[in-house]
Amino acid sequence: MRKLSLIAAAVAAIVALALWVVTVPASVPSSVLPPHTPDLGNGRTMFHIGGCASCHATPNADPAKVDGTRLGGGLALKSPFGTFYVPNISPDPADGIGAWSAADFVTALWTGTSERGRHLFPAFPYTSYQSMQLPDVRDLFAYIKTLPPVAGRARRHDIAFPFNIRRLVGIWKLLFLHGKPFVADPEKSAALNRGNYLVNGPGHCAECHSPRNALGAIVEDQRFAGGPSPDGRGWVPNITPAGLANGDAVWSEKDIASYLADGMNPAGDFAGGAMAEVVRNTAKLSTEDRAAIAAYIASLPPRQGPKPPPKRP
Amino acid sequence: MIRTVVAVSAIVLGLGAALAQQDPIAARRALMKSNGDQAKIGVAMMKGEAAFDLEKVHKIFAAWADAAEKMPSLFPETSKTGGDTAADPKIWANMDDFKGRFAKFATDVKEASAKVTDLDSFKAAFGSIGKNDCGGCHEQYRVKKS
Repeated sequence: MRKLSLIAAAVAAIVALALWVVTVPASVPSSVLPPHTPDLGNGRTMFHIGGCASCHATPNADPAKVDGTRLGGGLALKSPFGTFYVPNISPDPADGIGAWSAADFVTALWTGTSERGRHLFPAFPYTSYQSMQLPDVRDLFAYIKTLPPVAGRARRHDIAFPFNIRRLVGIWKLLFLHGKPFVADPEKSAALNRGNYLVNGPGHCAECHSPRNALGAIVEDQRFAGGPSPDGRGWVPNITPAGLANGDAVWSEKDIASYLADGMNPAGDFAGGAMAEVVRNTAKLSTEDRAAIAAYIASLPPRQGPKPPPKRP
Repeated sequence: MIRTVVAVSAIVLGLGAALAQQDPIAARRALMKSNGDQAKIGVAMMKGEAAFDLEKVHKIFAAWADAAEKMPSLFPETSKTGGDTAADPKIWANMDDFKGRFAKFATDVKEASAKVTDLDSFKAAFGSIGKNDCGGCHEQYRVKKS
């Protein structure tokens, strides 16, 4: 009996060690970054399509009054795992990312690891940002560094055990983070490739517009097919052609592009809920980028998503 | 003839008021739906799919102003749930701000109706009202459940 329990203990120790090793947070060393002259205009574009201010700006009771240049953090993001408090990413050297190197920033967006080598919770959508190309990430970092420094740190996250154990996110990443950068499809037009890149990378549209599994990861074969809003507030629609040719209105590609500019949908309704915030950002993109996003969304394979809860009489 | 018209109008208005009393959720959903139907007319003009028509524009703004005046009283404490309402509970925690938005909506719409003369001025006014009045309120106070 004692021998069995010794063997069991040894196996447990080996498994624990193996798990420890495979969950070491990855990071990108400075040495692999080639010299780069930042393009601040591109950085600003990435900032808008990335929606950074929507989570990281110091919150206001009226979202329309938020100052998107002050990235002091503090917004409460509710989730099925608890509430996350968004960190300060202003260029403040003490409370924000002012002391970060470019490699630290690339590490955060590509591997979901903090500058101190700890896993970041995937409430930060690095599952999408991981596809961003290196020059875009560096331009974004350079742009953020031009914004005003904001003092103050957000409070600690309020997440239930065991989800609050950062090391376990290493296992989550093994399961759900593909780690591949975006590669253009030579068979598709430049606009479609640009749209694909913007939507699946910095735009991270699928992070809201897809259903998630019990571990909080996107159900890949229902990507873009809608689902309950991650913050628990209402339902996010299916934006594959199955969802867009349904309900109040039938969306054309032009309708999608113009919606991203002014929030007006073909039914004469205006964007509300979390999408109003998105449209505030996409309104600042170029017409070509909005057209590219629309082209890509319109080209998605039609998919059925989960059924919304039945209408209550 | 006139007496018939007056009588019928009184009955219709009375019925409308009775409906609002009995079922504020249905009444407000109907008003918002009608706002959307009017907006669709405006959208078609904005996109060049329909000819610009100043009389129709005035009708849109009149319908919106009417709805803005009727809406604030359709959110009694007893109407928070049921009837497939998309009203966010925040409304009742922020009733002053909520009602204020309808007042602003009515003001903006009446101002627009006086100022709009052509397609360009219509585009500017319609876009601004849509984004700030419609969208701004929807962002905070409407939760689409499906």
